[in-house]
Amino acid sequence: MSLFTEIILSALLLVASFFALVGSIGLVKLSDFFKRLHAPTKATTMGVGSILVVSVFYHALVGNTFHPREILISVFLVITAPISAHMMAKAALSLRLKKRPQCPTDETPDPNEDDASQPQPDSDL
Amino acid sequence: MIATVILISMHVIGLAMLLALYRLLRGPGVTDRILALDTLNINAIALLILDGMYLKSEIYFEAALVIAMLGFVGTVVLSKYVLRRDIVE
Repeated sequence: MSLFTEIILSALLLVASFFALVGSIGLVKLSDFFKRLHAPTKATTMGVGSILVVSVFYHALVGNTFHPREILISVFLVITAPISAHMMAKAALSLRLKKRPQCPTDETPDPNEDDASQPQPDSDL
Repeated sequence: MIATVILISMHVIGLAMLLALYRLLRGPGVTDRILALDTLNINAIALLILDGMYLKSEIYFEAALVIAMLGFVGTVVLSKYVLRRDIVE
């Protein structure tokens, strides 16, 4: 493996692990669940995808066997990450909607019933 | 040189897994824990691929693929359970 490809693969690997670390830092540091949902589902997916691309070229250059099948994991992650994020958002939303206070019930009686039940002062005149 | 970079990347991914483990143990809600488990799955895939690169072996690909598929199914099943309290519909 020449020095040039080694430098390129090393830089891509460092960027990928940096993105994975950013995803986990966002998972810990952000304040709300719906904010925390963004970090791992986007940054970590990109980091792992870059690591898989590096792995394909590394095995092609070191072992002299080019197997692009590891792209399969990357494609699978890219397809399934938004689906799982959507499912988790739906679950969190249902939990939050269960905790929401109910609408105040209508205590005041209906004005039409009120008129009917009131004694009519002019009726016996 | 790239062997050193692979070692550094493995340490960084390990740090990311520790942060996700903190959220898994600490997380205030059940959905936070599901999200932390999903992140741990994806980071475990990255660590397996890096280990395969470090040992120059290709047998870790199948393990990573299985972890990816089972991790997705696990996340969907846990979210469904929180949503409906019922997995089989």
